[in-house]
Amino acid sequence: MSSTLVELEHISKSYGSKLIIDDLSLTIHENEFVTLLGPSGCGKTTTLRIIGGFETPDSGRVLFEGRDITNTPPNHRNLNTVFQKYALFPNMTIAENIAFGLRISKKSKQYIDDKIKYALKLVNMEDFADRSVDSISGGQQQRVAIARAIVNEPKLLLLDEPLGALDLKLRQEMQYELIRLKNELGITFIYVTHDQEEALTMSDTVVVMNQGYIQQMGTPESIYNEPENAFVAAFIGDSNIIPGFMVQDKLVDILGVRFDCVDSGFGTNTPVDVVIRPEDVILGKPGEGRMDGRVTHIIFKGVHYEMEVMAGGFEWLVQSTVGHPVGEEVSISVDPFNIQIMNKPASEDEEAIKLDE
Amino acid sequence: MKKHSVLKKVYMALIILFLYAPILTLMVLSFNEGRTMGKWTGFSLHWYEDMFADEDIMDALKNTVIIALVSAVVSTVIGTLFCLALPRLNNKVRSVFLALNNIPLLNADIVTGLSLMLMFVAFGITLSMGTVILAHITFCIPYVVLSVRPKVRQLGMTHYEAALDLGATPWVAFFKVVLPELRSGIFSGFLMAFTMSVDDFIVTHFTRGAGINTLSTMIYGQVRIGIRPTVYALSTIVFVVVFILLIASNIISGKSATVKARRKAES
Repeated sequence: MSSTLVELEHISKSYGSKLIIDDLSLTIHENEFVTLLGPSGCGKTTTLRIIGGFETPDSGRVLFEGRDITNTPPNHRNLNTVFQKYALFPNMTIAENIAFGLRISKKSKQYIDDKIKYALKLVNMEDFADRSVDSISGGQQQRVAIARAIVNEPKLLLLDEPLGALDLKLRQEMQYELIRLKNELGITFIYVTHDQEEALTMSDTVVVMNQGYIQQMGTPESIYNEPENAFVAAFIGDSNIIPGFMVQDKLVDILGVRFDCVDSGFGTNTPVDVVIRPEDVILGKPGEGRMDGRVTHIIFKGVHYEMEVMAGGFEWLVQSTVGHPVGEEVSISVDPFNIQIMNKPASEDEEAIKLDE
Repeated sequence: MKKHSVLKKVYMALIILFLYAPILTLMVLSFNEGRTMGKWTGFSLHWYEDMFADEDIMDALKNTVIIALVSAVVSTVIGTLFCLALPRLNNKVRSVFLALNNIPLLNADIVTGLSLMLMFVAFGITLSMGTVILAHITFCIPYVVLSVRPKVRQLGMTHYEAALDLGATPWVAFFKVVLPELRSGIFSGFLMAFTMSVDDFIVTHFTRGAGINTLSTMIYGQVRIGIRPTVYALSTIVFVVVFILLIASNIISGKSATVKARRKAES
C-alpha cells in the first residue's frame, strides 16, 4: 500500500457520561477508499467529524500527513466533507456554491470559472450552473455537494452517509459514480455508512464499528468471508451463527454433528461460534448430507429462494436457486471452506445485534 | 347547508365589526370638520394640518421613532446573538435561559415599568430618553428571540460547518452563509420589536425623564386636559403604520414558510 495519509492515535470521545469512541486507532493510506460501517450510535460519524475538525477528541491525536491536526480548525485542514444533508447554501446558485471554497482561497476568476465547468462536467450537471438549490432534486443536490467539495482539490474527502436520502436505484447509480470519481481524481475517500452493501461495493477497506470500538478491519472480501466475531457476521449480510465447539484443529462439532473445516488454533474442545452464510448451505436428498432436516419456510427473493430448514434443533437460513416446498425432508451439508469459526464474544460490543429490517 | 354558510358569514361580519368599529369610528371622526365628538359636520383634513403644525406632537413623534428604532436595532442584535448561542448550551442551561427569556413576555407591564424605574432611581441613573430606550430594549428582546429562534433551529449547524469545511473563517461563514438564511426571521423580529416599542405606554410612562414624551404618553396627557381631534388624526396614522408593519411582517414570514414547505415537498 502507498504512504500513510491519516492516522488516528488512541482517540476517545464522550458526550456527558456516554462514551462514543473508546481508544480508537486507525491508519488510512493515500488513495484508499475506506468505509466506516456500523449501526447508528457506533461512533462512525463522530470519528468522521473528528477527522473533519468539527469535534475535538477528549484524548488521542489526529495526524494528517504526519502533522498533528488534532486542534486545527476545519477551515485550516486540507480536506473537504460531503454532508449527510448536503448542506448546500440556499442563498447561492449552484455555480456560486461550487465557487465558495475557491473564492475564499482567492483564486483568479478565470481559474474559478474553469473549475466550475470542470466540476459540473465531472458530476454530469453541466446545464445547472445558474439554477437555484431549491430547483434541483435530491440526487442532483448530492452531485453538487460532491462537486463543491472536490473543486478545492482536497487530499482527503469525507463523506457522511451521502447516499442515505436517495432512493435505491439512484443510490446504486451514485455508488458507481463515486467509484469512478475516486479513480479519476486519485484522492482518498473516507465514507461513513450503515449500509453494508454500500460498504462492500465501494470500499478498498471496510472498518466495522460497534459501540465505539473497531470490530474488524479489512477488505470487503475478508470482512464478508471471514467475520471475526458474531457482531460482524450478523451485521454484514445474513448468516447462521451456531454455537458449537472445536473438537480439534480442522474439526468442529455443530449441533452434535462433526463437520470438517479449515480453521485451526482454537485448541481442543473449545466452545466457539460457527458462521455459515446462507448461500453456502447445500441442500440435498435426505441421508446424502451431514444432517437431515425439514423445510419450514420458503420465500422467493428474485435471484434465489430463501428457506428456513429445521435441522438438529436449529433453524438454518438457506439461500438457493432451487426451491424446496415447505415440509420436504432435506439434508444439509457445507463445504469445509465455507465454515467460519469465531471465538465466543468477549464483550457486549462483539455480540450479534438484532437488526430492524 | 346554504343557510349555515349565510349564518357563518353573518357571524364573521359581526366579529369583525365589533373588533374594528371603534377604530373605524376614530378614523371617521379624525376627518370630521367640527370638534364635537358624536356629530358629523363635514369632511375636512384640518386636524391633520393642525397635527403636523403642533410642536408637541411632532416632538413626541420624533422621540417615538428614535426610541423605537434604537431599541429595535439593539434588541434585534442582542436577541439574535442569544438565539445563536442557545444551541451550544446544554439542555438544562438552555431551558433556564429560555424560561428567563419568556418571563418578561408574561410579566405585567406595570410591574416591569415600576421595577425598571425603581432600579434606575436606586442606581442613581437620571430618567431620560436613555432610560426609556434601555427599558424598551429589555422588553423587546424576547419578541426578537421568538421570531429568530425557529430560523436558527431550522438552519441547524451543518451550513455553518460546511462553510468552515470549505475554508471560510467563522466570521465569513456567519456573514455569507448563516446570516442570509436568518434574514427573514431577524427582519420580522425587528418589526415586532419596533411595533412593541411604538405601542408601549406603561413602561415608557414609568421610565421617561421630565419633558420626554412619546406619542402614547402625550396622548394620555392630552386626554386628561381634554382631548382634541388632532389626537384622532394622530391615532389614525399610528394605527395605519402599525397595520402596514404587521402585514409586511406577515408577508415576509409567510414567504419563508412557503419556501420551507416547498423544500420539504421536494426532499
